[in-house]
Order: sequence, then C-alpha cells, then structure tokens
Amino acid sequence: MIEMLWIKNGIVVDPKNGIDAERMDIFVKNGKIVNEEDVRKEDCRVIDANNKLVVAGGVDMHAHIAGSKINVGRTMRPEEMRVVRQTAGKLRASMGRVLLTSPAIGYEYARMGYTTAVEAATPPIGAPHTHEELDSIPVVDKASLTVFGNWHPVFKYAADRDREKMKAFIAWALERTKGFGVKVVNPGGVEAWMYGGNVRNLDDEVPKWSVTPREIITELVNANEELNLPHSVHLHCNNLGVPGNYQTTIETIKLVSGIRNDSRQVLHVTHVQFNAYAGSSWRDVASGAAEIAKVVNSMDNVTIDMGQAIFGHATAMTSDAPFQFTLHKLTGSRWVNKDTEIEGGAGIVPITYMPKNPVHALQWAIGLELGLLVESDRVVLSTDYPNGGPYTEYPYVMAMLMSRRMREKELDRVSPYVQKATSLPAIEVEKTLYEVIEMTRSLPARVMGLESKGHLGTGADADIAIYNLNPNDLDPASQYDVVNREFRVPAYTIKDGEIIVKDGNLLKETWGRTYWVDARKKASVDSIDSDLNEFFTEYYTVRRENYGVAEYWMRKPERLEVN
Amino acid sequence: MADAVCTFCGNVCDDVEFDVNTQKGKRLCALGLAKFREKERIKSPMINGKEVSYEEAVEETAEILVNAKKPLLYGWSSTVNEAIRYGIILTEKVGGVYDQCSSVCHAPGTLAIIEEGIPGGSLGTAKNRADVIVFWGCNPLEAHPRHPARYSAMAKGFLIKSRKDRKIVVVDVRKTKSAAMADKFIQIKPGYDYAIISALRALVKGEDIEAREVGGVPKEVLAELADMMKSANYGVIFYGLGITQSRGRDRNVENAVKLIQLLNRHTRWVIWPMRGHYNVVGAGEIPAWEVGFQYAIDFSRGYPRFSPAEFSAVEMLLRKDCDAMLVMSSDPAAHFPWKAVEHMKNIPVIQIDPFPNMTTLLSNVVIPSAVAGIEAEGNVYRMDGIVLRVKKLVDSEYWSDEKIVHEILKAVERRL
Amino acid sequence: MIEVEVITGRTIDQGKTVEEKFSEEYFNAVNYCEINEQDFKKLGLRDGDRVRVKTDFGEVVVYAKIGDVPEGVIFIPMGPYANRITSDDTDGTGMPRFKGIIGEIEKTDEPVKSVKQLLGVE
Repeated sequence: MIEMLWIKNGIVVDPKNGIDAERMDIFVKNGKIVNEEDVRKEDCRVIDANNKLVVAGGVDMHAHIAGSKINVGRTMRPEEMRVVRQTAGKLRASMGRVLLTSPAIGYEYARMGYTTAVEAATPPIGAPHTHEELDSIPVVDKASLTVFGNWHPVFKYAADRDREKMKAFIAWALERTKGFGVKVVNPGGVEAWMYGGNVRNLDDEVPKWSVTPREIITELVNANEELNLPHSVHLHCNNLGVPGNYQTTIETIKLVSGIRNDSRQVLHVTHVQFNAYAGSSWRDVASGAAEIAKVVNSMDNVTIDMGQAIFGHATAMTSDAPFQFTLHKLTGSRWVNKDTEIEGGAGIVPITYMPKNPVHALQWAIGLELGLLVESDRVVLSTDYPNGGPYTEYPYVMAMLMSRRMREKELDRVSPYVQKATSLPAIEVEKTLYEVIEMTRSLPARVMGLESKGHLGTGADADIAIYNLNPNDLDPASQYDVVNREFRVPAYTIKDGEIIVKDGNLLKETWGRTYWVDARKKASVDSIDSDLNEFFTEYYTVRRENYGVAEYWMRKPERLEVN
Repeated sequence: MADAVCTFCGNVCDDVEFDVNTQKGKRLCALGLAKFREKERIKSPMINGKEVSYEEAVEETAEILVNAKKPLLYGWSSTVNEAIRYGIILTEKVGGVYDQCSSVCHAPGTLAIIEEGIPGGSLGTAKNRADVIVFWGCNPLEAHPRHPARYSAMAKGFLIKSRKDRKIVVVDVRKTKSAAMADKFIQIKPGYDYAIISALRALVKGEDIEAREVGGVPKEVLAELADMMKSANYGVIFYGLGITQSRGRDRNVENAVKLIQLLNRHTRWVIWPMRGHYNVVGAGEIPAWEVGFQYAIDFSRGYPRFSPAEFSAVEMLLRKDCDAMLVMSSDPAAHFPWKAVEHMKNIPVIQIDPFPNMTTLLSNVVIPSAVAGIEAEGNVYRMDGIVLRVKKLVDSEYWSDEKIVHEILKAVERRL
Repeated sequence: MIEVEVITGRTIDQGKTVEEKFSEEYFNAVNYCEINEQDFKKLGLRDGDRVRVKTDFGEVVVYAKIGDVPEGVIFIPMGPYANRITSDDTDGTGMPRFKGIIGEIEKTDEPVKSVKQLLGVE
C-alpha cells in the first residue's frame, strides 16, 4: 500500500487516547496511522471529513462467524438464505437474514464500520474448518478462540494442579489450532452431558474426573496469567439459560479476586445476558443484571460483554451442548448436537425473540441493563451473534444505550413483564457517544490484547470508520433515530489504509489477517510430549502428526509471539 | 514407506503408509490399496479426442461455460476443499448450477437436517463412549472397511476397553458381510425402514403397537431393540444408503432423527451418516459457507437458490435443463439413471479426472488431474466433518484439481 | 419369469475397481445380479447363465449368481448395469430410487454387453 490518506477536519472520538470530539486531521501511510510529518501532504489522497465523526474501526470480540456450528446452522436453515443482500458481479453474491454466508459476514461488518471480528468458540479438532471459513471472510481481521473447558487433558492437569503442564498444554493447543486465546464453555458441564447430565454449581464433580468447574476455571485463569497471553480466559459460565443462574455468575466472577494483570482483565465473562437470571423457574424469572453489575463494577480485573437479544430471528449455537438440548425441549425446535472426540460438544437450535413474549422481553431488557449499569470501561457491546441476534443491529443497541427516550418508546411495545422483573424502566443512565465508541472500539481491543486495534493513535492499524454524525451537533438522547441510522451507513470504512466502503457501498474486496498466539516460549511443551502421545494413541481418531493447522494453509496468518 | 492419508472413502484413514516405488502399503484396506496403486491414467488433456495442452483445454472449457445458458457443474466429492471453493465461485461467475455427489447419495440426510436437525457426534465419540452401535442400512465392511476397527465396532477408547463392552446391531434388508460382526442382526423387508422406526419410537415411549410384526420384524424383536437402546449409556446409529435411497428417503432419516431426539430424553444417543467419498462432506460444507446451501444450487439469477427438485444433477439432466456440463472427479455416466445419462450425450461435457471412466467417453473436453492424496495435497472433510490434510507423496506432471479449476476461473473472468 | 424387488449398492470389488472402469475386473464386479437360491432354481438357472432384468425404467442383461438375499429380492452392484433399470423418479428430492424398484427377471440367451456397448459409444 503506497497510498497515503489525509483525513481532514474530522471530529475525532478516540477513547484510548482520551480524545473526545476534537476536530483534527488523521494521516495514514502503509496501512498505519502516522504523524503529520511522516506524509507528504501533496501526495495524500484527501478525505473530507468535515463535521463527520471519525473513529477507529469497530471490534467485535465475540461472534460465531466461522466453523462447524454456524455452517451446520446454514445447512439446517435454508430459510435464512432467502435474503439477497447483493447479487454476484464484481463482488460475490452476499446472502443471509441473520445467518450470513462468509462473504456476507465480511461485507456487512465493513458496511457498518467494523474491521475486526473474533470467532468465539472453535472446537480444537475443528480448527482447520474454522480457519477455512475465516479465510473466506473478506475485509476484516480475524482471530478464533479455542475451547478448552471440557478437554480431558485440561481436566487431568486441573485435577493434578499441574500448572506447568497446563501452561504447556495451552501453548501447544493454541499453536496447533492457530487460536488466539483460551475459551471456556460450561466447564465440566459438557462432559457431564456425555452421560446425559450437566453440572449445576461450581463444586459439582465432573463424571469420572475428580475435578470441579471451580478448579477448572481457577487453574486455567492462573495458567493463562502465568503465560501472560494477550487475552484473558474468556468464559461462558455454567448454568447458562437457567433461572437463578446470576448467582453462579457472581460466584464465578469472584473466583478471580486477587489475581492481577496490569494491562487487562484476568477474566472476561461473555454474553452475560444469558447468565443473569434471577428467580427459580421460567414462571418467576427476573433480572439479576443489577447484582452482577454491582460486582463487576466493584472489581477492576473482570470485563464482560452484553449478549444483547435483538427481537426477531436468531440461531442459538454454543459449545454448551446440554443447554442446547434443554432449549430444544423447551421450544420443540430443530436441534443439532455435535459431541467432539473427548474435547467437548456443541448444539444449534433456531430461535425467534418476540417482543410480547415475557421471557424474550426479559432477555432483551437484561442485555440493556448490563450495558447501562456496568461501567463503560468494562462492558463490551455484543449480541453473541447469532445467539442474541444479528451484529448488524449494533447501531440499534448503541442508540438504545444513549437514549432513555428511545428505550421508553421501545418498552411500550414489549411485554409488560419487564416492568416488574427488571430495573430497565427506571434506569436513567444515558451513555455518551464517547462511551459507546469505547464499548465498541477501544475496550474490545484492550480486552483482546490487540494493541494496534480500536484506536487512532500513531502506529495503530489504519482501520477507520467515518460517519455522517457531528458529535458537537448531536443530542443522542433525542436524536436516537439519527444515531441508529448513521451507524449503519458509514461515509467511509477504511481498512489497512484502503477505502473499502464509501457512503455505505462496498467498493472492493480485500483480505484481512488471522491473528494467532504463540506462547511456546513461555512453557515447556516437551514436558507433555509423552502425555500427548498417549492421549492421541488411546483416545483420538486422528494421529497427533495430522492434528491441527499449519500456517502455510492459511491465507494471511499473523503470529503474535508471547515473550 | 511414506505416511499418507487415504483418499478413498469417508473414513479418511490418516494412519496409512504407502511406498510409491514398490506399490506396497501398510494398514490400507482393499479399497485403500486399490486407490494408491498405479493404474491407467488419462494421458493428456483432450478436446474432442485430440490431445491438446492444459492451457488450450482450460480456454476451451471457459469458452463452453461462458457461452452456455445454464451449465451444470457437478461432482466435487473426490477432490480437495481448495478446488471445491474455486468451483463454487466459478459456478457463481458463470451463472450455472452447482451440484455434488450427495444428491445421489446422502442428500436426503441434508433434507432431514432441514426438517429436524441432527443430534450427532464425531467418530471419536463412538470410539470412546458408545456401548451400543447400530449400523442401519449400511455395510461398513464393504463400503468403509476400516470403520469398525478404527472408529466403531472394535475400537477401544475412554470408556470402552474391549469389544465385549459394546453391543453391535446391524439392520439391513440382506445379510451383508457386516452382519457377521453383529451381536444382533435384524433383517427387514425392503422399503419398511420408516415403519420400523415409527414402531421403535412408540416402543421407546412406552406405548404398545398393535401389529405383530412390522416390515418383517416380529414385535418382540423390536421391543428388545427398543429396550437395548433405552438402556445404553451412549448409543450411536450409523446409517447408510439403505435408508436414503429406498422408499421414504429423507423421511426415513427424519424419522430416525426423531427417534434419537426421544432417546436423548432417557439416555445419550447420536446418529450419523456413513458418507461415501473421501470429501463428499467438503463438497457440501464449502458451498454452505460460500453461498448458503449444500447442493442443488442455481446461480442463473445472480444469487444462489436451493431446490433439489429443480437443480439436482439428475433432475437437471432428466428435464434437459442444462446446456453444458462440467464433471469434477466423478462418473455420472456410470452412476446416474440411464435417462439422465442420455442428455449428457447431447450437450458439451467437460471432465476433470485422473482416471478414464464412462464419462470420459461422453466428454468433449477431458482434463486429466493429479490424484489428491498421492500427487497433490489439500484439505478434506472426513465423514464426521473433521478436516484432515491429505498429502502429496510424489511429484507429478499432472495439474492439481485446485490449479485446473483456478485457471478455468481466471479464464472465465477474462471473458466476463 | 418372476417378479422381484431390485436393490443396488456398493460391494468391495466394485469399490476396488471403480477407478478402473475399462478393466475386466470392473466389468466382472458390476455385471451380475445376486438371486435367492430358491428363485435361482425356479428360473432354471445354472452358474454362468444370464438373466434379463426389466423394470418400468429399462432393462439389462446380466450374469446370474446365487446370493444371500431374500426370496423375491435381487441385488445388483452399483454401476452402469444397475443404472439401466433404477428409477429416475426422484419425488422432488433429487435422489433417484436406487433401491427397492419393482421389476421382473427371466432367463435369457442374450449376451451381456460391454461397458462401452452399454453407453452406445461402440
């Protein structure tokens, strides 16, 4: 990329660098943001950003965008593919209602001003599939989180309290799966599902293993911190989707009190909306969001993302296989289950969130409560795509967080159940534009440990979104419809210094990187060599030599080495 | 001896070895050994029987595809993912129809997924956990010979330490070779799978059935099977073409899925198809993420549409709906019903394949390719959706499928 | 002549030779049908005899063998011979009926065609 850009007169919001709606110019060279003196202005392509909002490209840190789960979702739901977003021409045909094809995923992120997306759960043996799909998603930079919490060696090393081997195993597994971080889904519960059960609290023993969810989580967090991986443990809590589960969530969050990392959280709890239910059954279910928010706000080493439910179609897909079976029984809908070797499992069930359904309205309200009540430096905006709904509705969520008036209007059309079961109607908080930009840019980048993302400081990747919004001339509380509209149609999306979208139209297709984390220098992988050999010989259906992903198969791998 | 990954059936055995010089192998089954052994090849690219260069064959192919109103691009189950992906994009570019071997094999299972989903597991779950395995309408000893030893009947693992820890049931219309490995063989009348599964659903639910026998099977035998299923700790049904190609087709699979849904209310069960070709799963997975559907996909309107009744290869040919056909590593002339084959004689046919077959005899353009897993590498999907990298053991003058389809795609793009 | 239900499917020999379609071995792997012993006798067949199999969708001459199939059922390995008589009606699923086609079978003196003759290119 020789092209240099001069983004002129924009109104910049860049929370990481403390810039709040200042008129300034941004310069881009070789795909990076540079200082004014590093470019020859006469050679720059000038982008007139006069009175427009200039922010970093959005970072979606938790979405199911690639791999066996979303793909069997597509297979099961051809009805999702009747929405034609773009016919084939210079670019690819772009298809899908909520479940999107891989080209559509990249195109739609770019068309919203998002430039990085993280696949939230890769079954280890499914990593080659995940990377094939990531390689088919255009424009955005990507990464994938490898699922650890029900993998037999993890049980073994957690039970043995063998920290060194746990670290070695994580380092080995991340390299083999080309993963970015340690994802944990219903630790122990998915293994219990192999016997038709689940775990119900942090101290339930996993069948045939003398180990508990508490121990699995604690050992993985400690190992993760000793390895000092860019990202913390990324946890989908036990008891997801169960009334009363907010207490498990709080108990889980408190497990990491006292563990510190100076540059980021030590635990990220994901799609908390699904884990924030009070009550004892679906008849008396209520919100536990306020209690969770209190705990998260009281700690400085835990972050969460919302898992906002969006009214309309969605597809539940998680590695939490026992939960998916419960959902299938509850709704009577189609059900995919996939038990994988001795690594874990997954399930997929279609769902529709209906405003008049008390439970769905409650879920919608809880997501918003979390977004409003948790401080903006520790809650990331997400829908847990496609579980809570489409990521293309992020602008709606942004507008809702910024406008109580909009919320009141929306509350009028949803089940009155939320009036008594949640605090949403009483919440006065209106997040500022600065805070919402933080929740969609700088915070997710910090949570992931992606230093060159989510901000516009010198040296950052030139991933930039420009919107037709003038922060100095906008009252989001009353102009929520403007917010909701304009964040869907950037004037420009710039990726690595290239203009990809102009006025909401996609101009070209480029290919982003796939980040993966190499922590092998921080652990002795040799120490688990014989364990691995035994493990593969006894229990696997593929040879150790043939397990995993080689860099040269990948389109544009980028190794982040931990030193 | 070189480590190899076998590219014959959906087992994709990754523990085999083959020596290209001595033509000997290790751990290969009869099918695998035949796959790796040297055999007659298509010598050179050909246009209408005349030998030409690869470049000429590629240009001619592009010309045919671009000039056709509705070309059918069929096959794809015996090549690598990289080639399939180019194949999808190529079909999208030329506004053609993509279909793959599933449509005459396991696609009814895909229709069942659309109706009910599929409660499944990887082969490793059967190996490690299954104490009851039912082979229904499939004959692994002849179609997937190492399946029982590596993944199912005889495999040992986490909870299963020997063959004695596991019960094997074979359900078939004839006493196949696989019936010999069963603890229980149940012979059923052809076409009665649906009725028998319905009876099992009733029995598992605890309901009585009025009939004394269903599909040739006495009620007592069915009741015994239902009990066996309910009392399993972890059961697996592997099903084959006996279910998908006989009366009822997709409805048979759907009914079996409902039986599994029900069984999971009592204990754990999964169901999985015994997919045939080594990458027939990839031929469906890749279009699913690229364009949203697994097979029978028409692009003539500039966007993908799925309709097996219209866009499956057999239907396209029967109705004379395609005016050109590209066949990737498959032999529809041998494996389609005759009336469908007849239309292939009337239209330009392009074949990409390492080996001459009956389709070669009907092809206007023939492009020989390197054998994936021996002369070319790439990713493939094992029958359970696990991706493995098949290896290149020896250099070859032949172009790989990936290169051939990529070059065709580029030649087409130059013309558009 | 007796009425039969036709099943087609894979065999190990068909699988071993499927990439050598013009070999004698492939020809031998796919050009026969398996018949129940009682039916075999009823038709007055002896080893090496040929039968004509006829369905609504076509007819084909193949070699007859005794096989482990029930009375009234015959099995033909998947391939060009089988596909002369399989059902091309997919009932809208795209899947032809390769198994369970009603037909009839009788002894014949006609020869078994070669693969190329079958295709009509020789």
